[in-house]
Amino acid sequence: MIDHEATPLLALDHAEKSYGAVRALTNGTLAIRPGEVRALVGENGAGKSTLVKVLGGVTQLDAGALLVDGEEVAFHNPTDARDAGIAVIFQEPTLFPDLSVAENIAMGRHPLGAARRIDRKAMHREAAELLKRLGVRLDADRPVRGLSIADQQVVEIAKALSFEARVLIMDEPTAALSGPEVARLFGVVRTLQERGAGILFISHRLEEVFAICETVTVMRDGAVVSDERTADLTEDELVRRMVGRDLDALFPKTVAELGAPLLSVQRLTREGVFTDVSFEVHAGEIVALAGLVGAGRSEVARVIFGIDKADGGHVEVAGRQLPNGRPTAAMAAGLAFVPEDRRQQGLVMDLSIKRNATLTSLARLTSRVGLIGGKAERLLAEDWAKRLQLKFHSLNDSVGTLSGGNQQKVVLAKWLSTEPKVLIVDEPTRGIDVGTKSEVHRLLSDLAGQGLAILMISSELPEVLGMADRVMVMHEGRITGEIPRAEADEERIMRAATGRAQVAA
Amino acid sequence: MSAQAEAPAGVGGPDAESGAQARRLTDVVFRVRELGIVGALALLIAVTAIMEPRFLNADSLRNLALNASIFAILAAGQTLVLITRNVDLSVSSVLALSAFMAGTLLSNHPSLPIPVVILLGMGLGAAAGALNGWLVTFGKVPALVVTLGTLYALRGLAFLWTDGRQVNAETLPDRFLNIGTGSILGVPTLAVIALVVVLIVGQYLRDFRSGRELYAIGSSPEAARLAGVRTDRRVWSAFVMAGALAGLGGVLFTARFGTVDATAGTGYEFTVIAAAVVGGVTINGGVGTVYGAAIGAVLLGTITSSLIVLKVDAFWQQAAIGTLLIAAIAFDRWIGLRLDAALRQRSARRAG
Repeated sequence: MIDHEATPLLALDHAEKSYGAVRALTNGTLAIRPGEVRALVGENGAGKSTLVKVLGGVTQLDAGALLVDGEEVAFHNPTDARDAGIAVIFQEPTLFPDLSVAENIAMGRHPLGAARRIDRKAMHREAAELLKRLGVRLDADRPVRGLSIADQQVVEIAKALSFEARVLIMDEPTAALSGPEVARLFGVVRTLQERGAGILFISHRLEEVFAICETVTVMRDGAVVSDERTADLTEDELVRRMVGRDLDALFPKTVAELGAPLLSVQRLTREGVFTDVSFEVHAGEIVALAGLVGAGRSEVARVIFGIDKADGGHVEVAGRQLPNGRPTAAMAAGLAFVPEDRRQQGLVMDLSIKRNATLTSLARLTSRVGLIGGKAERLLAEDWAKRLQLKFHSLNDSVGTLSGGNQQKVVLAKWLSTEPKVLIVDEPTRGIDVGTKSEVHRLLSDLAGQGLAILMISSELPEVLGMADRVMVMHEGRITGEIPRAEADEERIMRAATGRAQVAA
Repeated sequence: MSAQAEAPAGVGGPDAESGAQARRLTDVVFRVRELGIVGALALLIAVTAIMEPRFLNADSLRNLALNASIFAILAAGQTLVLITRNVDLSVSSVLALSAFMAGTLLSNHPSLPIPVVILLGMGLGAAAGALNGWLVTFGKVPALVVTLGTLYALRGLAFLWTDGRQVNAETLPDRFLNIGTGSILGVPTLAVIALVVVLIVGQYLRDFRSGRELYAIGSSPEAARLAGVRTDRRVWSAFVMAGALAGLGGVLFTARFGTVDATAGTGYEFTVIAAAVVGGVTINGGVGTVYGAAIGAVLLGTITSSLIVLKVDAFWQQAAIGTLLIAAIAFDRWIGLRLDAALRQRSARRAG
């Protein structure tokens, strides 16, 4: 379907970009031709996001060339890129929570009526049509506030489709989407492709890359290292190109001796969100909470930790009942919670690595006169940085300078330093590259081996199957399946997750 | 909640039904934000009128309208800035400069056409707003700091310029003073002007791209930038418009009171911000309308008047306004939480 003879719609030639001393992009070279769906893969920190920002006009090149239709251009801001027909869906949804879905889609390009006034009817109609095309039931007039991440991502996609883009760039658009939503997105991608648009698709899910991309560009350490047809590659070969080395088994959960139940959830209910959820997690065990996006898994975790209040049921940690809705009490009882959204909930992005890592331990670091011991704080942070093999420049750097995987390690350090009995991790490897991913998995496995009880929420089935001793499946706010490791496979989990079967151990 | 049950069964299928519900819910909530304050206003007037029937006579109502008019204009300007997640504290000093300029000009050149004076006042205000906006966008200094600075600096400038003098009503032409005291079809001219200003700004914020972009910037500056909104230019223009409206307020201040010295309008900045916030404009940007802010201005003015009518001690008046402000913010937060919860449940149900 690609016209190899055609001039690339968009191309980068030996692009370079540095942020201070960090060379984020050393050789960005790629071309997107009409009708091409090209994948861009690489570990986190490989420079993919920087490359996307350059193509989207968010940042400017230090050296090299940006070409549109073969002509060298410079984008000074996102508007320039948009005017050139380039639509970008960024990794993190960037929406206006206070404005309606329709207005989020139309912002900056509202349809105008008489006297340059906004034509609200047209705006609403266009938004509704786009949402219908994407096959989602979303009311275009509701505010974006309160939408799930998946729905927000759908709005982002609608926004990008709302002007007839010649090049569509998607930075991990599927990270938050469930199966049917991904399928619909791919349908839209194919339609665009048939119309001669070029698409650049970034994903950590390699099966998606092989499913819709014909060509793949691999980046490592800021440079493009290969540019091939996906048909000529296997997944293993692609992973090897990304990490530059062979990987050990991806999911190294070792079998641990199970101890006493440390976390016990009994008939937990939150009105309108989930109902009658009961399960136990034993010492040394990893229990996965699987299900589709919106099944209520993260919400269960939030109630267990006391962020939201339960309307019924209760939670016990090591046999002691937790008070309802009090995170401090949960922490004191030995509960730790690594949330789904690192940037919003897991970290204080402007604070240093050290400050973030010690945030949960301030009480222990505080001397009798009420001052925080600077040296103790540094030692604690250094200790955990070493134990988790954190890659950093200085502990005083803001945590925002780290790659996603290393940020996740800081969140883990923050919680592990409280010496918890029970660890709840929500999507522990979302947006993390393959190499760091297996490090996180090994870490979780080791922790379970040391007698921690771990509740892991994950949307990635290979992760669930590889890591969990037991899989609890949720569907529409209810537990619809409990599957022991030996019997767990993708089909059984999906059957329970889509509510097609009640599965009991 | 039984929103499900309220939807007419069998109309338009499940899609249309859940859409209509969400729409109704958000509609009601947004209307409630302004309805709540209208209700508070009605209650206040009713209680005062019962205790002191003379409160409702024509003269007293006229005074209410006159008192609120200038504040409503300033609150409209303040809303433009607050919506972008900024604030303009300097409005009262801008008002003083513009008021003194208008008074001096008309005293010295009584034949000057009034529209010219109004335009000059607004121009002066716009210039001050341009300075504020420039420091905020180009200088990257928080608006709170910038406008706190210009609040003092411009007030100082007013003292330097007036040098202890004051403008008196006797020296001003009657046709000018008529703006402050006259009526059009029985409605005070000032109130008519305020209404027109509020309607224009309201329509601008509702129906024009650049107006909507102000909401976008306040709701998420980063997303606005990525959507191609020229955030710096927009924020700057919000400050210019707020300055121009403060300038207009200054000219009208002179027309209403006749007497102007360097202390004109001292303390107005907080009344104006309070009016906007009471009217449902959030300090965090992205939410609120000028209509709410204008009603907020009317409510604050009415409280002051009714407390005077009810012979309440002046110290209590301040306390009452403070209490109202906190109550308004608490109410707004409560509504916000309820809305979040409702939207959350709706999302959960839809996903299910």
